[in-house]
Amino acid sequence: MIPPLAIKGIKDGLLITLGDGDWPEVAAGLMARLEETPDFFKGAKVILQIGSRVLGAADLGHLRDQLSDREIVLWAVLSDSGTTQTAAQSLGLEIALPQPPELEPTIDPEERGDEAMFVRRTLRSGRAVHHPGHVIVVGDVNAGAEIVAGGDVVVWGKVRGVVHAGANGDENAIICALDLAPTQLRIAGHIAISPERKGQPTPEVARIRDGRIVAEPWGK
Amino acid sequence: MPATVVTITSGKGGVGKTTATANIGVALAAGGQRVVCLDADIGLRNLDVVMGLENRIVYDLVDVVEGRCRLKQALIKDKRLPDLHLIPAAQTRDKSAVSPTDMVRLADELRPDFDWIIIDSPAGIERGFRNAIAPADRVLIITNPEVSAVRDADRIIGLIEAEEKGPAELILNRVRADMVKRGDMLGTADVLEVLAIELIGLVPEDENIVVASNRGAPAALDGNSRAGQAFRNIARRLNGEDVPFMNLDESKGFFERLARLVRPGG
Repeated sequence: MIPPLAIKGIKDGLLITLGDGDWPEVAAGLMARLEETPDFFKGAKVILQIGSRVLGAADLGHLRDQLSDREIVLWAVLSDSGTTQTAAQSLGLEIALPQPPELEPTIDPEERGDEAMFVRRTLRSGRAVHHPGHVIVVGDVNAGAEIVAGGDVVVWGKVRGVVHAGANGDENAIICALDLAPTQLRIAGHIAISPERKGQPTPEVARIRDGRIVAEPWGK
Repeated sequence: MPATVVTITSGKGGVGKTTATANIGVALAAGGQRVVCLDADIGLRNLDVVMGLENRIVYDLVDVVEGRCRLKQALIKDKRLPDLHLIPAAQTRDKSAVSPTDMVRLADELRPDFDWIIIDSPAGIERGFRNAIAPADRVLIITNPEVSAVRDADRIIGLIEAEEKGPAELILNRVRADMVKRGDMLGTADVLEVLAIELIGLVPEDENIVVASNRGAPAALDGNSRAGQAFRNIARRLNGEDVPFMNLDESKGFFERLARLVRPGG
């Protein structure tokens, strides 16, 4: 018996909602359903609603490959599980449908912080992190990786790639790292290339002074 | 015990994937283990040439996947080592002829009959690469001590982490100790600092490799080749042996090395 699943056409593509049950069975059921009318699904952009099920990147990657064998593009995975969301993101899949911006009522804390994205891993070549707020990385930013942040960028590690702080024009944005040796630094509309380093790396902070990006040792 | 699937990949082309596949395959088979080397570089097959088995090809990987022959018919037995086999890639097709699911199925079919399945990945990060890593139990990243090759290796390691295939292990190929010493080439420590993964092989630059590849007789068969020795060491490390890394500094002559032995620290 094929486990129940619902298919619905929405603005962004085909929304497929998977029912409960063991993942291998549910996945096999989905494939069987797709096989029934392969021409209908060919070229489709699919958004998969998988509820609270916990899936790893290997499972999702396998599913994506199976779908791409049938010329179906897996575009987004909607899930309540943080693990599944992380896995989906690591495969470059969307985890939410684009929604019109809404103003959320927030409780006013005494110490008001800003929105920041926290990345606890090394960003290897080819990885890009784009975030409208601040970005904090615990790990390195290798050459070929890129961070674009609306606010500040703090890296607890080495910066070898490209970092852009204040990408929306905030000239007060700063970039700090334990070892600042980037391919290129950008703050707001300014661009700088880091000079050859002499001696040991020290924690530095880069900011705009007199219209230029300057890097200074931390704590001065 | 069913076979371990080892995929050798790099991102960048020309850093030695095919040479490493052939040599590690040869070294494992010479130790009496049953090995099949699988060329996943469909459309640009080379492994058969390096292994000297080009003229024996009748069926290939795509023939198996598309059901034109049985798996056994595409297995080519090596002419020197009875435990070494090759499944060649198709030359007249492209990467899209095979899917990652096909590769997993093929590897599962081979597993019971072998100790090792060594997959030679194509360059790049597209379909061919995904095919090659889909069935992998272990992934060996091969790179040269060059900034561009290390950059690509870093990208590939990131993709392997995302597919949860790691942790990948590193082979640093074509190292020239004299150039490292002069500061004209990245050293092992420089490469490991960027890539931050476990080293499983350190292979010196060796002219014998070119000769061996052209003759179709992998250097691991040659007791005098230093690169061959390095590949034999990788095979032993794959088997869990703790083998110290070779001292690549061969710039001193025989008598100087002898003198050093006699006068330690001199």
